[in-house]
Amino acid sequence: MASEKNVTTTGLLGWIDTRFPLTKLYKEHLSEYYAPKNFNFFYFFGSLAMVVLALQIITGIFLTMHYKPDASLNAAGVPVAFASVEYIMREVPFGWLIRYMHSTGASAFFVVVYLHMWRGLIYGSYRSPRELIWIFGCAIFLCLMAEAFFGYLLPWGQMSYWGAQVIVNLFSAVPLIGPDLSVWIRGDFVVGDATLNRFFAFHVIAIPLVLVGLVAAHIIALHEVGSNNPDGVEIKKNKNADGIPLDGIPFHPYYSVHDILGIAGFLILFCAVVFFAPELGGYFLEFNNFIPADPLVTPPHIAPVWYFTPFYSMLRAVTDLFTWVMVASAGLGALAVLRARWPLVVKAGALAALLVLAVTFRVFDAKFWGVVIMGGAVVILFFLPWLDHSPVKSIRYRPNWHKALYMVFLVNFFILGYLGVLPPFPFGQAYSLVGTVFYFAFFALMPIWSRIGDFKPVPERVTFKPH
Amino acid sequence: MKKLFTSFLTAMATTLALIAAPGVFAAGGPVALDATPAQKLSDKAAMQNGAKTFMSYCLGCHGLSAMRYSRLADIGMTEEQIKAVMPPGAKPGDYIRTSLNRAEAKDWFGAAPPDLSVTARSRSSHSGTGTDWIYTFLRTYYEDASRPTGWNNKTYVGVGMPHVLWDAQKSKPPAEFDSMVGDLAAFLNYVSEPAQFSRKTIGVVVMVFLAIFFVLAWRLNKVYWKNIK
Repeated sequence: MASEKNVTTTGLLGWIDTRFPLTKLYKEHLSEYYAPKNFNFFYFFGSLAMVVLALQIITGIFLTMHYKPDASLNAAGVPVAFASVEYIMREVPFGWLIRYMHSTGASAFFVVVYLHMWRGLIYGSYRSPRELIWIFGCAIFLCLMAEAFFGYLLPWGQMSYWGAQVIVNLFSAVPLIGPDLSVWIRGDFVVGDATLNRFFAFHVIAIPLVLVGLVAAHIIALHEVGSNNPDGVEIKKNKNADGIPLDGIPFHPYYSVHDILGIAGFLILFCAVVFFAPELGGYFLEFNNFIPADPLVTPPHIAPVWYFTPFYSMLRAVTDLFTWVMVASAGLGALAVLRARWPLVVKAGALAALLVLAVTFRVFDAKFWGVVIMGGAVVILFFLPWLDHSPVKSIRYRPNWHKALYMVFLVNFFILGYLGVLPPFPFGQAYSLVGTVFYFAFFALMPIWSRIGDFKPVPERVTFKPH
Repeated sequence: MKKLFTSFLTAMATTLALIAAPGVFAAGGPVALDATPAQKLSDKAAMQNGAKTFMSYCLGCHGLSAMRYSRLADIGMTEEQIKAVMPPGAKPGDYIRTSLNRAEAKDWFGAAPPDLSVTARSRSSHSGTGTDWIYTFLRTYYEDASRPTGWNNKTYVGVGMPHVLWDAQKSKPPAEFDSMVGDLAAFLNYVSEPAQFSRKTIGVVVMVFLAIFFVLAWRLNKVYWKNIK
């Protein structure tokens, strides 16, 4: 029976279309979804992130068929969880391949996501009307960090165990409720079987569900407003007679085919690691993690996996000295409030709040502020759309010194990451302090510095070289 | 944009160079390690010798509980050869387990002798692979009256393990002893990841496929994008 709907397809497709908006979705999101034609290399990483997500889910499903989240010792004295991973490596046909794809995929996920975020940072992809895409993205990043943290405990090696012990212990620094909070998270007084089983549940289903939902929201929000591009030009401002952006091209087939090329390149690098260097010098599979977890033997050096190391450096930078730096920042904030053109009552309230804050900086343990700083480093990203007051979106049209500042930010992030791998040492500690302050100042002072300088004129149409 | 990209690459390269240098902290200390003779690592005969050495000298205390006896067919041992090295009562499908009681061993040595299934991976550090560590460790024992066992070790100072291979070291010329230990290290290297050899072979096929796929994807992309002006 024909419907009142505007269905023009026939046959099986017509039957589906009257019951499910298949052709409509195909047109709206693929064949008639217009993306800017001037995407560059940095625009591969969104689709690559989806590919890695799919890879992790599929390899994860197969791993879950054989992995046992049990911390008790088997008859040979080896923890069952650890032994089950070795079982997968040796006795499950191609189990070694699934395991290596999953461990390499975890690191690859962060490489891809960091590059994806960097693209957003330099091209102003978070600016209006794309703030919500950015917020969903930051939430995805937080979930990804949690997912990696929970997953890392599962092999039940020394680094798994002690890394989890260190990080969960951080929560004991929360004032008043800290120690109880840590016990609640762990399920026991120390990391043990209870912790392993709940982290397994979080890693396998709880967070993946949230991740998939957030990724869907992220893409829906993107498709609602359309992509940004390296020139920061809004392509919807220049449309032809049919309402199609002049600088837009249908996602399918141009970017679907383009992304296949990106995937091919990614797979070359990915498979090179999986087949020839799965440990990658101890960065992707840490050597210490081939020792079964032993609650009685602390490793000489506990460090997180490489993708957490920049934030770990910030955590370690927060010593007693750093709390004075925080007090000084509150002082600077007070100065800014005094200069602001607010009503006197509001100013007085803000100053009082800053005073209280400055006092708490010194009263609460530096350990607690370390956790706050580490979390704050990710949370501050959520506010980026409202911190950036630059008149232009893309770094291409910003003053040269802005470009230099972004490079300094990038190199600083790398250095903090490198320092996070090493045990603490005096120069490293000093640098971490400076580097952490720079990281926060970059964002906190952005409303001021992003406005200063000679900006170049932004073109009406995108810059594109046919190729 | 090109300048930004170039400086981005320089930043990455510098940092990667800094990172690559020291490698990673690991289970072993900063002791200089001797490299296991490379040709042994892929030599099945060497691994078989190592298997026999392991069963004679090491299985008394150390298990290889992730490994089954029947898996030794990988390195070319026949069923009879495998049965010849198995302890009495074991079946080919059994895991390679030691009969030493862990609690008693802890009493005697201070620590239960660890399972050696993945030691060739866990003992890796920037000084060398875990296999190199094993190769060096077994050859750096020296007499030390202050230790309960009478032996100490340069690679693992204060080790609880006695010099199990001392009679082999005494009765063989140094080169032959080194070869014996090299075979044992090669065997433990194989045990730590039996898939490593097929992994690399399959890897070559995969890379060739991906190279061809990349070229085809690139040309396909070019054909589509020729329309875009």
